[in-house]
Amino acid sequence: MHIKILGPGCANCTRLEQVTREALDALGLEATVEKVTDDGEIAAYGIMRTPGLVVDEQVVVAGRVPTAAHVRELLASH
Amino acid sequence: MTAPAERPAPPSDGRSGGAPAAPRTTARRALRRWSIVAVVALAWWALYSVNKPWWDLVLGDWLGLDLDSRVGGAVHFFLYDTVKIALLLTGIIFLVTVLRSFMSVERTRRLLGGKREGVGNVAAAGLGVVTPFCSCSAVPAFIGFVSAGVPLGVTMSFLIASPLVNEVAIALLLGLFGFGPTALYVAAGLTIATVAGFIIGRLKMERYVESFVFETHLRGQAIDPALGLPWDDRLRMGVEEAGAILRRIWPYLLVGIGIGAFIHGWVPEDFFAEHAGADNPFGVLVAVGIGIPLYSNAAGVLPLLDALVAKGLPMGTLLAFMMAVVALSLPEMVLLRRVLKPRLIAVFIAITGASIIAVGYLFNAIL
Repeated sequence: MHIKILGPGCANCTRLEQVTREALDALGLEATVEKVTDDGEIAAYGIMRTPGLVVDEQVVVAGRVPTAAHVRELLASH
Repeated sequence: MTAPAERPAPPSDGRSGGAPAAPRTTARRALRRWSIVAVVALAWWALYSVNKPWWDLVLGDWLGLDLDSRVGGAVHFFLYDTVKIALLLTGIIFLVTVLRSFMSVERTRRLLGGKREGVGNVAAAGLGVVTPFCSCSAVPAFIGFVSAGVPLGVTMSFLIASPLVNEVAIALLLGLFGFGPTALYVAAGLTIATVAGFIIGRLKMERYVESFVFETHLRGQAIDPALGLPWDDRLRMGVEEAGAILRRIWPYLLVGIGIGAFIHGWVPEDFFAEHAGADNPFGVLVAVGIGIPLYSNAAGVLPLLDALVAKGLPMGTLLAFMMAVVALSLPEMVLLRRVLKPRLIAVFIAITGASIIAVGYLFNAIL
């Protein structure tokens, strides 16, 4: 599983990364977590309000920080 | 404060109440949710009403301070204003965040997609006010708009309106100055955003946008974060946003109120009426000149203005100063430099600054 956290490094992006790592740990999943900070890259995913969460090249969350439980659902159903 | 973070029973179904299963649990949960909201709203209102009598009692009666003296007045101003502004901010940010959770930048872009200049500028300014947006996303939003075919001038109208007419400014203006000045401020902000964006569009400055913006190809499906969120999530977002903003701005707030308290106690009553009154032709100019490079936010500036207006600073000068502070700032320009070439940034500052100055003089003349 390849996970990307999209965001220029604001507080919300850090929180999203934290929440995502928690969810991964809870599910016992192995994944590479990559931070994408380049504006062009972020915009290319169609994200206009950071942060964004991309799982295997698919945008699953945009513009808000979800709860860890919600991320767990998203990752488990992926 | 509130907000249990659990989601409604069927996770696959976004909207609560949509599932046929367990409608009674859903109803009970809704009842509980709205009871909590009602109790918190009542508590908020109680605190807000008791604020002034409370400090009168504590400082005047218990500590025996003379509230009409300089020190007493300043201390009272500081404590009373801190609590009042903190309450106002929490309440209004929560409310606005919950309401805005029904809008999204994606939806705004879709709405602006087919619009022509003119109508598009008006729509963009209005949408800039209601769309949940933070200037930290200005760059990806700019790329997203322009590469999806929204005209440059229309995009600029959105980017100007969004910080200019923001919820923090509205909350504080409403609380400190009442409905009239707030309505004026909002109307002026919308006009400035519409006109400035329209002029930038007319100047045909597309070649001063960094070329990679036009080369960005949107891949994949943009998802709309506003769709299908359950009420629990919207309320939780409101609580989190209010907390996050307060955590970020409290130093500005305390410094602003502190300076305000000093002005309240020590600056002579008609100091500004004498030196920077409505008849002083340079008042607005100086206010905007100071305001543009100053990087603060509405929260830091407004308590200061509250004290200044009590000392005779005219409303037009005051609103112009506030607009200059929130609409234009050095860090935002540095951010926008990634997508705009210096020439376009200069034009952006000049046109927006000139509009703000014009509005300041207009208000001073008619108020």
